[in-house]
Amino acid sequence: MTDPRIAGAGVTKFGKHPERTGRDLFAEAGLEALDQSGVDPDDVDALYYGNFMGELAEHQGHQGPLMAEAIGVDAPATRLEAACASAGAAVREAVKTLRNGEAEVVVVGGAERMTNIGTAAATDALAIAADDLYEIRAGMTFPGAYALMARVYFEEFGGSHEDLAHVAVKNHEHAVVNDHAQIQKEITLEDALEAPTIASPLGLYDSCPITDGAAAAVLTTEEYADEHDLDAPVAISGTGQGSDNLALQDRPHLARTPAADKATDEAYSDAGIGPDDVDVAEVHDCFTIAEVLAIESLGLYEPGEGIHAAADGETTRHGEMPVNLSGGLKAKGHPVGATGVAQLATIAWVLDGTHPRADAVPDGTVGVAHNAGGTVASTTVHVLEVQE
Amino acid sequence: MTDPTRNGEFDDWLDSLSDGDGYYVECDEGHGWLPPRRVCPDCGSRELADVSLPDTGEIATHTTITVPTPQFENDAPYVTAIADFGPVSITGLVRGADPEDVAIGDVVGIGVGERETTGERAVVFRPR
Ligand SMILES: [Zn+2]
Repeated sequence: MTDPRIAGAGVTKFGKHPERTGRDLFAEAGLEALDQSGVDPDDVDALYYGNFMGELAEHQGHQGPLMAEAIGVDAPATRLEAACASAGAAVREAVKTLRNGEAEVVVVGGAERMTNIGTAAATDALAIAADDLYEIRAGMTFPGAYALMARVYFEEFGGSHEDLAHVAVKNHEHAVVNDHAQIQKEITLEDALEAPTIASPLGLYDSCPITDGAAAAVLTTEEYADEHDLDAPVAISGTGQGSDNLALQDRPHLARTPAADKATDEAYSDAGIGPDDVDVAEVHDCFTIAEVLAIESLGLYEPGEGIHAAADGETTRHGEMPVNLSGGLKAKGHPVGATGVAQLATIAWVLDGTHPRADAVPDGTVGVAHNAGGTVASTTVHVLEVQE
Repeated sequence: MTDPTRNGEFDDWLDSLSDGDGYYVECDEGHGWLPPRRVCPDCGSRELADVSLPDTGEIATHTTITVPTPQFENDAPYVTAIADFGPVSITGLVRGADPEDVAIGDVVGIGVGERETTGERAVVFRPR
């Protein structure tokens, strides 16, 4: 069993493209990934594709074959849905298929079209990642759910909205040079603290924007990469996935994310690494508190310690453990079904030195991508390593 | 307007709250859940019995939502909270209190109210 290689990746500009169809967005990212990989599209053995709200936003289900067509690939194509972790789940399927010998080349990707339906309908569509009977009917929104978690975190471990604001400031600063990012604009601590509240204690700048976009990557076996002389120095060496009770009310602890703990343990063990080996991380910061919970689940911080990481400068690009060099979901944007593969692309580009923020980890060899669905009822973690 | 389709045991459960005799289901190891459940996700037990819900619960966490979904447009701003009732926790709307005054640890009763925007039923907590 060898570790799949990332032969190429493509990401659209994330942002507001209300008039662009999902298939057009995915075609742009997928063709870029194929072109960068040097792989003949006829060699693609499978497509795994993440998408969450296609039925609601585009009245389009059954997107797997549609997206294969869009990039000129004739291969079995399957859509995976795990809310905001849909693309992470797609990556995991791709890795398993390559490892078990069923395929030599797999395209993995995801896309989401969200801004065409407006903020209210998009908020509604995102909310269905929660429990309809017990959460949505009690008024829970996606920001509301994370607000419930943030309040418990503050109560239990301390920390404040100001600590969270530092997460937003950091991620906006990281995104300034990322041309794929939706928001390439720095914000101040005051901007974040004075922004309107959307679900107390979280304000507008604690939340990722609503975003259209797509991401894709071409993964191959090590043997295929060698035979075809591909430039593919980064491998996916570990994969993990965990689940939790769907509804927050059914969980014993609201300031911890056990699904991410499980995914982390599995991915680290699969790769044979530990948290001390990690040089850089892309984590699922759909809300600022989510980044805090993510870095704790990844073992980069003890529970209750992650809240100070951004304020102390440790997770900035100048710090010991840079997190979300892309700008994260917060500033790069969060086209839900594309996010997991966009994270994969970012880590690959940081490790191979081609990302505009790669200078933050000039000698980095190990990166992790943490992709969470809903209120972290689904999580995938992938470990990427530079191979020699 | 025709009546919306009932969601089986969930609507039965709301009916029980309306009548003031709410319940939850409990396995033999004391893990509590809200219906419908056929198995305890914690221990796998399929022996689940109905147990009366305590009269009061305690707010475990809460948020005041100012950006709602379209189904709650006229309700906003409103407070959504999770309250602990013995071995189960329940999500509901907090009414009868100033949002600013809602706090973790507040003791609340449980009932059923109507959503302003749609008239549909929702779990409602009121301070006790
Ligand atoms: Zn049990």
